[in-house]
Amino acid sequence: MPNRQRATIFQPMTTQVAHEPSALELTVNGERRQAAPGTTLASFLTELALDPRMVVVEYNRTILRDRNAYASLALASGDVLEIVHFVGGG
Amino acid sequence: MATAATETLDTPFTIGGRDFRSRLMVGTGKYKSNAEMIAAIEASGAEVVTVAVRRVDLDRSKDEAILHHLSPERFFLLANTAGCFTADETIRYARLARAAGFNEWVKLEVIGDQQTLLPDAAGTIEATRVLAAEGFKVMAYTNDDLISALRLEDAGAVCVMPLASPIGSGLGLLNPFAIRTIKSRLSVPVIVDAGVGTASDAAMTMEQGVDGILMNTGIAAATDPVRMATAMRLAVDAGRLAYLAGRMPRREVAVPSSPTTGMLDK
Repeated sequence: MPNRQRATIFQPMTTQVAHEPSALELTVNGERRQAAPGTTLASFLTELALDPRMVVVEYNRTILRDRNAYASLALASGDVLEIVHFVGGG
Repeated sequence: MATAATETLDTPFTIGGRDFRSRLMVGTGKYKSNAEMIAAIEASGAEVVTVAVRRVDLDRSKDEAILHHLSPERFFLLANTAGCFTADETIRYARLARAAGFNEWVKLEVIGDQQTLLPDAAGTIEATRVLAAEGFKVMAYTNDDLISALRLEDAGAVCVMPLASPIGSGLGLLNPFAIRTIKSRLSVPVIVDAGVGTASDAAMTMEQGVDGILMNTGIAAATDPVRMATAMRLAVDAGRLAYLAGRMPRREVAVPSSPTTGMLDK
């Protein structure tokens, strides 16, 4: 089952839409993660129990400066997210 | 007379058009606990506290988010680009930090060598130019080298931050002459960053006439960080006061402090 899901990444969007919705394959902070179809950036952060005000998201190498846009950003297979925050440093 | 001493200190001072109430800026790394970090920062009297930008731990095996502990209303959060080795990487980190939405300031570090953590002046100048053009207020960490400092000022840095000695070394102020030279030639403020190990290092650094000091390990790695933070606060003020007071000339001869006349049996 996981193999079949992974294979969908490499199929064109049109093929994917025609099939039963399968999990989105994402790369998040260098790790492979799955999300349900229809997941937005806002709902994905909620799933990860992250407060959007505490993090910054880089979406496919573009830094998102408007947190209000998270709710309307639908994630897609192949998306690469970097989620960063402030930690102790000198 | 604590109040008299406070009155003769020339704070607040200005960097990039903003007034800052303390000449001591502190880092938030390497503390044994968040409670100890907060207590030390309080004791230091610092207004500016530096933070680093890192990936969130998705599995929450460690909760490192510093904003759970530091109120952005109480402290001026200064993001650094520690750990970056190229201008491009540094620019990316600075932009991420700005997107956090607190301010457009960045403590820019482009490290040139893993072993010494000495800065890459060329990369720092390049990144400063790009970020200053984007409206960032760049505080640029650099070597104790006049030419790099001048180039950073030309590139648009609001403040230049030469090192006292390598990051985390605690070796103190290795080249007072170089720091004085930089201070005497730059128009923007000079904040010494890195290498200050104890209170006398801080006082000696401030006595060179620089505008302030940024330190982290000197406080965090002390046996008692809260006491050391207090010592550093007093030393920075003492060093600044001594600089403003103007030290006596050095003389390689003794000059008596008491009258040479009026001695018995003369």
